[in-house]
Amino acid sequence: MEALIKVKRYNPEESEETYFQDYSINVAEDSTILDSLIKIREEQDGTLSLRCSCRASICGSCSMRVNGSAKLVCKTRVKEISPDGEFITIEPMGNFKVIKDLVTEMDSFWSKMKSVDPYVKTSFEPEAEHIASNESMTHLLGVMNCIMCGACVSECTAMEVDPTFTGPAALAKAYRFVADPRDEEANSRLGKLNENTGVWDCTRCLACVEVCPKDVAPMERIVKMRDLAIEEGYTNTSGYRHTESFNDSIKKHGRLDETRLALESTGLLNISGLIDLAKIGIKSLMRGKLPPILPHRPKDMKKVTSIAERLDNQGKEEE
Amino acid sequence: MSKHDLLIIGAGLAGLRAAVEGVRQGLNVAVITKVHPVRSHSNAAQGGINAALTDRGDDWRDHAFSTIKGSDYLADQDAVEVMCREAGDAIIELENMGVIFSRDDEGKLGTRAFGGQKKARTYFVGAITGSALLHVLYEQSVKYNLHIYEEWFVTKLIKEDGRIAGAIAFDIKTGQMEMISAKAVVLATGGAGRVFEPSTNALICTGDGLSLAMQAGVPLMDTEMIQYHPTTLAGNGILLSEAARGDGAYLINSEGERFMEKYAPEYMELASRDVVSRAEQTEIDEGRGVDGCVFLDLRHLGKKFIEDRLGYLQEVALEFRGIDLSEKPIPIKPGMHYIMGGIKTDLNGATNVPGLYAAGECANVSVHGANRLGANSLLDTIVFGRRSAIESVEYIKSVKDVEIDPKELSREKSRIQSILDRPKGMRSAELRDKMGSTMTKGIGVWRDTESIKYAIEGMKSIRGQLPNVYVENKGKVFNTDLTSYLELEFMVDVAESICQGANARFESRGAHFRTDVTTRNDKDWLKHTIVEYNGEELNTSSEDVTITDWEPTERVY
Ligand SMILES: Cc1cc2nc3c(=O)[nH]c(=O)nc-3n(C[C@H](O)[C@H](O)[C@H](O)COP(=O)(O)OP(=O)(O)OC[C@H]3O[C@@H](n4cnc5c(N)ncnc54)[C@H](O)[C@@H]3O)c2cc1C
Repeated sequence: MEALIKVKRYNPEESEETYFQDYSINVAEDSTILDSLIKIREEQDGTLSLRCSCRASICGSCSMRVNGSAKLVCKTRVKEISPDGEFITIEPMGNFKVIKDLVTEMDSFWSKMKSVDPYVKTSFEPEAEHIASNESMTHLLGVMNCIMCGACVSECTAMEVDPTFTGPAALAKAYRFVADPRDEEANSRLGKLNENTGVWDCTRCLACVEVCPKDVAPMERIVKMRDLAIEEGYTNTSGYRHTESFNDSIKKHGRLDETRLALESTGLLNISGLIDLAKIGIKSLMRGKLPPILPHRPKDMKKVTSIAERLDNQGKEEE
Repeated sequence: MSKHDLLIIGAGLAGLRAAVEGVRQGLNVAVITKVHPVRSHSNAAQGGINAALTDRGDDWRDHAFSTIKGSDYLADQDAVEVMCREAGDAIIELENMGVIFSRDDEGKLGTRAFGGQKKARTYFVGAITGSALLHVLYEQSVKYNLHIYEEWFVTKLIKEDGRIAGAIAFDIKTGQMEMISAKAVVLATGGAGRVFEPSTNALICTGDGLSLAMQAGVPLMDTEMIQYHPTTLAGNGILLSEAARGDGAYLINSEGERFMEKYAPEYMELASRDVVSRAEQTEIDEGRGVDGCVFLDLRHLGKKFIEDRLGYLQEVALEFRGIDLSEKPIPIKPGMHYIMGGIKTDLNGATNVPGLYAAGECANVSVHGANRLGANSLLDTIVFGRRSAIESVEYIKSVKDVEIDPKELSREKSRIQSILDRPKGMRSAELRDKMGSTMTKGIGVWRDTESIKYAIEGMKSIRGQLPNVYVENKGKVFNTDLTSYLELEFMVDVAESICQGANARFESRGAHFRTDVTTRNDKDWLKHTIVEYNGEELNTSSEDVTITDWEPTERVY
């Protein structure tokens, strides 16, 4: 079978420019994209650089963009992406600097990982193992499945605009300790994660959940940590105020009161924040993008109220 | 030039465990690794790690006996005793570090059964035990702020005055080559699976440490002992863990028959790996296979059980074969998996070169002998990784800094440059594929004088062609064309030593099954084979096995 592959090339020793190079390679029917790239490297072009090792989706080396979205190429079959022999476009992961061709600089990834103190903190030295339920351990298996391939970071839309965001991989890692019954620092961890660049910076776009090859669902872990942080009383954040204001606005108007949301999220006592907001407000006004002072009322406000009530009650029951 | 007390080459479980211990002992430690630590091949271990925990009525001596019987009496029994005695503490320590081991109903560590043992004493994390352990040891390396040379490739060990003095390596990201001096060095470079094709091993398992040690004058031991794992996928060789059979899966042939009844009526699917692999190969050879495979059948275990305990296996089956294990048996065959042989060390990882230690799959202590029990390798890495670092402490205190001849570095630089300067020729992959298929054919599940000779001749010809290989990529930045070639050089050294070991051992024992001498010969061969490089050629010799309490008897499962 013929695989047609377009690879984004970059070699800093030659030029700062990137370019695309087309390859066509004969591979077996059930070949993966990794098989094809290796074959290209070994038979056609020894200058092509990529990372790979286990070939079995466990080492996390070979995450790259396949037709625009990050995948582990060792578990992505050519046929699946290109059933009719279409060209497949391979690029390095997004949100990372590129070292050469498909190899990205992962330093930022590892330093973010380190920033969440990624090790169990306990003062207690048991003589045997810690006693813990099997459910609590199996629950952590969900995040322990993370192989740190970087696919989630590659597609993270929040990181794209704010590279200082801790990001989905490191936050999923943080969850592993927050939720580990043996860790004694969950509270202070949540306090730290609650600060700027932490859990509230996620825009909940779901991209990380979608691309994760191991079903770690980083965003769900982030959302869970928001809840836990609130439960622990960490409420002095724009993120928390945002959720509250959102909720109030829906209950009151059945729609989002965008002006109020912006003001309340910033915090009515946060003078410098409000000044910044005013600047944005003026710009929006000049471009005709300012939201209405009061939101339009929906036709069936009753329905909205009853949904809100039901959700409130459901929340209470769960507690 | 950078200087350290202890340089650890390899950041898999053995390397990281050694490093953590070195830091705890107050040494200036550095780890060097050709891939980021969590990419090391330890992450591929699926099934689990063995230990006899006394507080639940298990006895390390039972574990030791199973290990020795599994080894077909080739393991040194004092080494096995050390490993099995320390296993309990090792597991508890891993748990305390944060490993999320599966639990029983009381919240204590839970077990699963594994091959070659009557008692279930394998501790595990789903089907990602290796990955879960490796990530936790990486967490510890962050906690201890370990100095790690990430993505650096070691090309040579340096000795001065007969003792170890450091290593030469280059930064794969920049091509910058450096001398790293160290009073002591631990080799923890893992396995050599890629010498064969196919193999369950990662592409980075190229036996670098075995070759580095050999070039430094360290003997290799029992290199002919190559484990063929009973359940690998045809084609790419990817593994389906023994955990499946430990948790109750069956092996069936094309007639749907549980054929292990004929070969190991008592242990059935959980006989030792060499026994099961031979049984499968017999079924296949006698025409009861399909396309060179028999089948692993998990259907009776049910979907939920499979997903909870064997999730990664289900993922592999679905991704690589499109088979849902709860619905269909999956075709499997014996595949090259592990090298029991390796760098000869004492009980503390020390080699014959002062200051040079080895631990993990690259080492041969020897605890696995002629056949390794499943889930004993992870244990080996943890126990002997730690011991080698402890052992180095006194040595490091006792020696002064060494002066390394700066010419060493310039010589190595020009050696690499001369490789890059070669005129157009053949690509390294071509030669590597030839080596892989020759080794699989010659040193397979079955071997005989003829096949071993075929492999020896094959390697001779491949060695002869090495200088014709050219590296197309001349750049300095992430030149994987160059690293692939250097790995091929390492692998040819290893392949030759495997052939020599196989040629020397004229009997059948464990994984080394010769169709021309089908029985074990304790009178002449209760011995280790030793392969040594004297600067010109490989010499073979042999050495007695250490027997303590367990007299060799016939091995029946
Ligand atoms: C698929 C599979 C499943 C397995 N399942 C089990 C199991 O369930 N239970 C069990 O007990 N065992 C299992 N094993 C065996 C076990 O996983 C390995 O034997 C063990 O993990 C090896 O660990 P290690 O630390 O010795 O080496 P590795 O983890 O392989 O690490 C080697 C290190 O050396 C470094 N290195 C190598 N060469 C160089 C160089 N030239 N320069 C710099 N660095 C270098 C690498 O970067 C890497 O960091 C399995 C093996 C495989 C292949």
